[in-house]
Amino acid sequence: MRPFDYRHSASRAEAIRLAASQSSAVQFLAGGTTLVDLMKLDVMQPAIVVDINGLADELSDIRLDGDELRLGALARMSDVADHPDVRREYPVIAQSLQLAASAQLRNMASLGGNVLQRTRCPYFRDVSWVACNKRNPGSGCSAIGGIARSLAILGTSEACIANYPGDFAVALAALDAKVELQGPAGRRVIAFSDLHRLPSDAPHVETTLLPGELIVGFNIPTASWTRRSLYLKIRDRKSYEFALVSAAVALDLDGDVVRDARIALGGLATKPWRSIAAEASLRGQRLTADLARAVAEVALTDARAEGDRAFKAELGRQTLVRALLQCGAMEI
Amino acid sequence: MAQDDLSRSPTRRTLLAGAAGAAASLPILANATSPKPSAASANANANVSLALNVNKRAWRLTLDPRTTLLDALRHHIGLTGSKKGCDHGQCGACTVLVDGRRVLSCLTLAVSVQARPVATIEGLASDEQLHPMQAAFIEHDAFQCGYCTPGQIMSAVACVEEGHARNDEEIREYMSGNLCRCAAYPKIVAAIRDAAAKMRA
Repeated sequence: MRPFDYRHSASRAEAIRLAASQSSAVQFLAGGTTLVDLMKLDVMQPAIVVDINGLADELSDIRLDGDELRLGALARMSDVADHPDVRREYPVIAQSLQLAASAQLRNMASLGGNVLQRTRCPYFRDVSWVACNKRNPGSGCSAIGGIARSLAILGTSEACIANYPGDFAVALAALDAKVELQGPAGRRVIAFSDLHRLPSDAPHVETTLLPGELIVGFNIPTASWTRRSLYLKIRDRKSYEFALVSAAVALDLDGDVVRDARIALGGLATKPWRSIAAEASLRGQRLTADLARAVAEVALTDARAEGDRAFKAELGRQTLVRALLQCGAMEI
Repeated sequence: MAQDDLSRSPTRRTLLAGAAGAAASLPILANATSPKPSAASANANANVSLALNVNKRAWRLTLDPRTTLLDALRHHIGLTGSKKGCDHGQCGACTVLVDGRRVLSCLTLAVSVQARPVATIEGLASDEQLHPMQAAFIEHDAFQCGYCTPGQIMSAVACVEEGHARNDEEIREYMSGNLCRCAAYPKIVAAIRDAAAKMRA
């Protein structure tokens, strides 16, 4: 690990000021489960680490407020996953967190850090591969043509096929969540779907965060579909593994007719992948196995599943079919 | 390395002879008070002075800020019960409790847990009385090589206290962050099931 200057800040304004002063070389430290790991691997090399755990008292709220769920950026994954209001009113949120990582990591990792976790692309994590457009912009991509079965088939570019690895962010994308940010220029609230960028020709720029900006929290609206929601995660082993494919699904049903729906996919895309076209193809229809299959075809239409990740398109379709039918059968 | 690092690495023998023996050169604070962490810190690579509270004892150390809690415990305090397996948060051998919650000490910077209570395997037994989880692991033969065992036991204690050990399936799910390359899993589950009943009683 390279040397860094450790700062501990008990004030939000001070933390942001420190981070804005040398933005590219500064990282906030919350749970550290991504940062410390990647610093040991020499993938991340911050000159300054600003420990924000002193802000936990003000940024750890888990609160159901009438028409929305408020989650502070420093709330820990385990506390949100176990929260009775979240489990009852937003099953897809609770499940996405509970099915992620391990009990120890969930105790450590903050929600803000969780959504910013870096890809698990093996060529990104191993610096002996010089060509990685995320690590070394312009150097090329070792994964294209390499071993890529865990990587993305949606949202890829000629420069990068690294998948977004998280689960919670997929649930947030499905549910129209907003994310509150605070930076040197003040506060702003953006749609969660606008937080992550597609790799395009600049895969090293992963988010739309401005220099020094800190994630303060998440607001997830309560809607007619939030109670009937679930997260289905398919992986190589039963527990403690990243998704090969996952689906976050929420349905508002009138009998067996879909009034409204929210769908996002994980594991197989370069960012948390909302499928608005798939949602539209459900609306006003009777939820049947045939309809679910047709919706899944729509959701994966743009998939570029080649070589050793060709299987992920069909796995994605079958995962979404199962998620939709299970969600439709939920008793709420 | 830290200026007051234990240049004489504690050996297994010195540790067995007395937990504090290997670390006797370190000043031990009477109370677990810590200096208030300062936002104004020194330049990169400068050592930091910090206070750790481990197994209800206070330690003042001067460490490179890169030092993980695991390395601080093992190399600077001399508590080698917590094990270094993968050193990347994937195996669970380094599991300790911070603020009563199980975490991975290999991904925790020591400087970030100042003054928060840290509990390791060495502090689990009270006097000569093993913790029910330790006793159950022995009774059920829940290990072979034993390398993952301190992490398994610390994780298992937390698993029970969290209320996540109500049945075998739940134990398997909530213990999935602790790998055992000897594959003693069936016996680990049996030990936790047994200890959970005793801990609740």
